[in-house]
Amino acid sequence: MASLRYNLDLLYELTKKELRVRYQSSMLGYFWSLLNPLAMALVFFLAFKIVLKVNLTDSRWPFALFLIAGLFPWQWFSNSIHSSTNVYVQNASLIRKVAFRRELLPLATVLNDLFHFLVSIPVILGLLLSCGGVPSWNLLYGLPALILAQLLLTYGLALVVSSVNLFFRDLGNLISVLLQMLFYLTPILYDLDKVSRERPAIVPYLKCNPVAPLMDAYRQLLLDGLFRADLFVLAILYGAAALAIGWLIHARLRWKFAEIV
Amino acid sequence: MSRIAIEFQNVFKSYTLYHSITGGIKNFLFHLPAAIRKMRANRFLALQDVSFRVDRGETLGVIGRNGAGKSTALGLVARVIRADRGRVTVDGRVSPLLELGAGFHPDLTGRDNILLNGVLMGLTRAEVRRKLGAIVDFSELGEFIDQPVRTYSNGMLARLGFSIVAGLDPEVLLIDEILAVGDASFQAKCMDRMRRFKADGVTMVLVSHDLAAVRSMCDRAACLEKGRIVDLGEADATTRRYESRLHAESAQALPYPPAGPEQGRSNGKSR
Repeated sequence: MASLRYNLDLLYELTKKELRVRYQSSMLGYFWSLLNPLAMALVFFLAFKIVLKVNLTDSRWPFALFLIAGLFPWQWFSNSIHSSTNVYVQNASLIRKVAFRRELLPLATVLNDLFHFLVSIPVILGLLLSCGGVPSWNLLYGLPALILAQLLLTYGLALVVSSVNLFFRDLGNLISVLLQMLFYLTPILYDLDKVSRERPAIVPYLKCNPVAPLMDAYRQLLLDGLFRADLFVLAILYGAAALAIGWLIHARLRWKFAEIV
Repeated sequence: MSRIAIEFQNVFKSYTLYHSITGGIKNFLFHLPAAIRKMRANRFLALQDVSFRVDRGETLGVIGRNGAGKSTALGLVARVIRADRGRVTVDGRVSPLLELGAGFHPDLTGRDNILLNGVLMGLTRAEVRRKLGAIVDFSELGEFIDQPVRTYSNGMLARLGFSIVAGLDPEVLLIDEILAVGDASFQAKCMDRMRRFKADGVTMVLVSHDLAAVRSMCDRAACLEKGRIVDLGEADATTRRYESRLHAESAQALPYPPAGPEQGRSNGKSR
């Protein structure tokens, strides 16, 4: 019991540190964290709507809003995986000397990015209102459910990349490439329903991507107020599997961290 | 609590030399069988059959040249690494004294870093809060305590680091090389605080190349050579025997002028 209390305190302090560091150095911290996904949305909007004039979705919402509803949760996922790759290397001197629960470091990273996602939700809903939509009551249970699924998935993968990176220091380069590939294989620029109408054969492959059901479910929930139980179940299964695998790998390698970092 | 604070029983520890894989994923995968063979064969024995005991309240010095296994022994006590064979028993909460500025985040203030570091060292937030005032007082950093740590000088970093440990009331204190930074009066204050730890019955393990410090602080000393304990006894005698061994060697290794004892020499501690 005492050790649970202690580990919660440690997690709290580590997460607070991450948040402080992000916000203290610039007053505009909050806006910076919104800027990246908004800028990406703008670029995609220019490329696909102004330059190419293609239709990537049947959604009744403006393409910019459609993009943002997927880009913000993606940002959480991708930032967390990115920063947890190096989290142990950055804390090398602590790892070498102090015996604290190592898995709290990547968890604090993931929670920090979760916080940024949470504060970006009002922006999505505000845009929805300005486009004439109304946020649904389903958000009240739907969002926590999807966030839980994403937390499991992100943390599970964060445990893998953070610990494996100590053994293969160039993993970071690989992760950047993989994240970029994964982005285009995830229904953020397009939606799963349109694909399943036009190219039904590739839908099962798309659903092999553990992030895919999550992002599609977020968008349907945020914009249309639809809680897609089927997508949620798939997402939480992926999340549980990722956490189990991540935990196992991390537990196997944990004792080597101080030797190798 | 038992009378013995730390006990090593026939401890072996070897490291895999990982350069074969830290060379990168590409190298590793393209030469997979060779890389695995190399990894298995490439082991470095850091500790071999090491046994010793430290009684509660005792201060043990650990001396020896670079790469002799001193820090490995300390890592085993801190429970950051695991022995391959043998048993390591530690009774009591272990606090390490971190090297200069380690564990501090440069953008956080001194005060925030105390909170973070205190919790990392094993206290709850409430406990650190209670000790915060005393830690700040001890550091004598004044209003700098609310400035980001990146604005600190090395001396101020050392002050902050030591003040945290001083405020922790550890049961087993691990010191890897006393930091000879900070002004003379603060150094004296640190030494004073260490003696008070000793008087309070704190068990200490001090790894150092500063033999004078080992003599003045420690009850006993263990001398490590190539992963084995070659000498273990009363601190004064052990350090002198170590010194004369070093002298004998450097006399042979002319034309370099006979070096003094390894005093104050920094030991590049990165593996």
